[in-house]
Amino acid sequence: MRDVAIVAFSEGPVTFGSTSTPVEMIVPTVHDVLKQAGIERTDVDFWCHGSCDYMTGQPFSFVSAVDALGAWPPIIESHVEMDGAWALYEAWIKIQTGEAEVALVFGNGKSSAGDMNRALSLQQDPYTVAPLWPGMTAMEGLGACAALQAGTVTERQMAEAASRARRDGAKNGNVLVSGNESADELLSRPVTAAPFRDHDIPAMADGVSAVIIATGDVAKKIAKRPAWIRAIDHRIDHQNLGWRDLARSTSAAIAASEVGVHKDKVDVAELHTTFSHHEQLLINALQLRPDATSITPSGGALVGNTLMAAGLSRFGHAARSIFSGSADRAVAHAQQGACLQQNIVAVLEGN
Amino acid sequence: MSEKTGDKPLRVRMPIGIDYKWCAGPASTDYLTGLKDGRLFGRRCPVCELVYFPPRNGVCARDGVMLGESVEVGPKGTISTFCIVNVPFLGQTIKLPYVAATIILDGAHLGFSHLIQECEASEVRMGMRVEPVWRDKAEWDYSLENILYFKPSGEPDAPFDDYERHL
Amino acid sequence: MGANRCAVVGVGQTNHTSVRADVSIAGLVREAVDRALEAAGMTLADIDAIVIGKAPDMLEGVMMPELWLTDALAASGKPVFRVHTAGSVGGSTAIVAAQHVMSGVHKRVLTVAFEKQSDGNAMWALSVPTPFGVPVHAGAGGYFSPIIRSYMRRSGAPAHIGAMVAVKDRTNACKNPYAHLHEPDWTLEKALETPMLWDPVRFIETCPSSDGAAALVMVSEDVADTMNVPKAWVHSTAMRSEPTMFAGRNQVSPRAGELCAEDLYRKAGITNPLEEIDVCEVYVPFSWFEPMWLENLGFAPRDHGWRFVEDGVTEMTGKLPFNPSGGVLSTNPIGASGMIRFGEAAMQVMGLAGEHQIDGARKAMGHAYGGGSQFFAMWIVGADKN
Repeated sequence: MRDVAIVAFSEGPVTFGSTSTPVEMIVPTVHDVLKQAGIERTDVDFWCHGSCDYMTGQPFSFVSAVDALGAWPPIIESHVEMDGAWALYEAWIKIQTGEAEVALVFGNGKSSAGDMNRALSLQQDPYTVAPLWPGMTAMEGLGACAALQAGTVTERQMAEAASRARRDGAKNGNVLVSGNESADELLSRPVTAAPFRDHDIPAMADGVSAVIIATGDVAKKIAKRPAWIRAIDHRIDHQNLGWRDLARSTSAAIAASEVGVHKDKVDVAELHTTFSHHEQLLINALQLRPDATSITPSGGALVGNTLMAAGLSRFGHAARSIFSGSADRAVAHAQQGACLQQNIVAVLEGN
Repeated sequence: MSEKTGDKPLRVRMPIGIDYKWCAGPASTDYLTGLKDGRLFGRRCPVCELVYFPPRNGVCARDGVMLGESVEVGPKGTISTFCIVNVPFLGQTIKLPYVAATIILDGAHLGFSHLIQECEASEVRMGMRVEPVWRDKAEWDYSLENILYFKPSGEPDAPFDDYERHL
Repeated sequence: MGANRCAVVGVGQTNHTSVRADVSIAGLVREAVDRALEAAGMTLADIDAIVIGKAPDMLEGVMMPELWLTDALAASGKPVFRVHTAGSVGGSTAIVAAQHVMSGVHKRVLTVAFEKQSDGNAMWALSVPTPFGVPVHAGAGGYFSPIIRSYMRRSGAPAHIGAMVAVKDRTNACKNPYAHLHEPDWTLEKALETPMLWDPVRFIETCPSSDGAAALVMVSEDVADTMNVPKAWVHSTAMRSEPTMFAGRNQVSPRAGELCAEDLYRKAGITNPLEEIDVCEVYVPFSWFEPMWLENLGFAPRDHGWRFVEDGVTEMTGKLPFNPSGGVLSTNPIGASGMIRFGEAAMQVMGLAGEHQIDGARKAMGHAYGGGSQFFAMWIVGADKN
């Protein structure tokens, strides 16, 4: 395997109700990540984009994103109908084939354009489940109930996750909601969609994330302290919610085991927690030790769920903890699908 | 509504509806506001200096930068290429055959599609000069549909060299 | 190529037709997958990773359908990846799958692309009206027919070339049991009598709307060497993209296509494509794109593509057969169409193309494009490792 590192990360403003077109939102973030890396767009060997047509309500919506890149002369480019974190995976694969040295990957979404809670129903079996329009919150609620009943997650752990996310969000600044409430205060609030209280449900957001990855010597030239991707792996679970144990995330556990998360101390773990109970499920699956690991210090997707970009943002924030020297070994995680159906995990190291 | 014939599997029709809010974005907002007043505004790329009408997503796709100043273009233009449509389309009410042409407005450097009327389809040609025919002013909205169609302007055809690079 | 070789060891496709009412989306996908696995002598249990491609989700109304198809593909616990690059997606999905092997990350990869247009409303989904949009007056053919007119003007091609290509492809399709259209009686005279839809494009010069899927099994060299099945070695892959519209864009022969082909030949060590490539499966949804792509891909000099057609170069008996399978003009399940091209190219060098086999094919090209002629995906496969 070739050594590949994350060398730059940019996250556009996390908002709700942007009045710009998706393309107008992408341009400044792409420019910024190039500027951070100190390279020109012509230095990029491979581009990869993650987005979803159902977010804009328009088929082929990603096609116009090519306009944002200045794809002239023509570029080597691909698109995944997945979170941007998987665009990073495709770019990593591409670099491993020896056909690219530097790749720019980005993910974008505008949750405010449509009703995402409703739209995400369309990910389910089109013949038997989708026609019931279950909605994202209801499906995640099933997962949370299963986890609470099995005892793999407690109500207090959910409140603690939300409390920390809101406090970390305040420090980050570029999030949609934040606060300084303690877990006890949050637990005293009303249950709005059992077992969820409002703060257990993600704040849907509009946003763009962009990351540059590069091989060995190139990476060292671009970044003072590149975040080396020591291993990366992704796995999927059954979709049918009745066929899997919703009290654990089997696919996240497999991916974490493949990349060897448990083999050494983890300083920072950026987890793609969209609902508060995901955090403990992921801590369990990744075998993290919360006493030794800073969990999602960016605040995470719970306080700003930039659908299709939020997963890539976790990779970016984990890399930032390496860039800054605050971590030597970090874990980046992203997921998509109902109840943590599909998970991608990477181990990043500074040395 | 469902269909079942013989021993074939049952097919069920399930309409899907999701509402979306659409944002034109700053560049297209200028363009649409102009149309509401019967004026045609494109935007100039600050790098290649070419003018986009319509300004599409607000970026120069060639240079990957936000488009700059608004520029009034047209109203006359040149047909760069066209097709004669002989098949009816969903909700389409125009008499067949009709011409859908790619038109490059004077002062702009990008073609867009519109109808050509007030001449026989067989008379339409590449390089033909055309001008817009506007809807009644009372009906103007934030839409290019304020222009009903383009018609021949009567000027001599533009030379092939003028529009070849737009093909 | 990269450090690791990759071979196609199984190609499968569905029987394509306008409405596959007998199967669900999952059933359609499995039909192609099961045929590819059977050809490779493998089962789903042998597969390390799955790469899925299709065109817009709105064609069927299932958002990110790979999440749902996980169960039908027994993929739980495995990596599943989803590609979407517009009309080129079938080709780019095959390339991404090949790169899963070429990177050394995986040894046995299954890739599948599909479209079940009859499950949704494709005409609607391909042109969803958006607010403030420029009114479209002519549908899909109305987008491409002005470009074809530009080509005719530039090259001086006579008007019957498009019909010649269509008759060839429809005739070839009769030799392909999986093709959607089986219409053996076309002649040039009859073709020229078909109605003009989007002048200069006639009815026969357009593609059908199909339900269908295609699948490929690809393995690393060490695995391939232990397998006693026909193989197609991936010699090179290439992709290029350019914007839909910008001032001064050449839409007749997009630069992205030219660069993609140059890169493809360079990586495959091909210096004279016309001499070295035995057969091509090229994405031709409107017949006039055959002469246009002949030039864009560097087989014919500029403005001479139509002469190749007229001289029969692209016939099955010609020097460079184009689309012996009948091509997109005879079968078009949008998201799968590119993968069918890539798979048919592999079948030719594996010697498995049956009645539409080109004798002695050792090196073949698969080609796909999409969007406004702006996304290109191509590969060269060969009977030999190099």
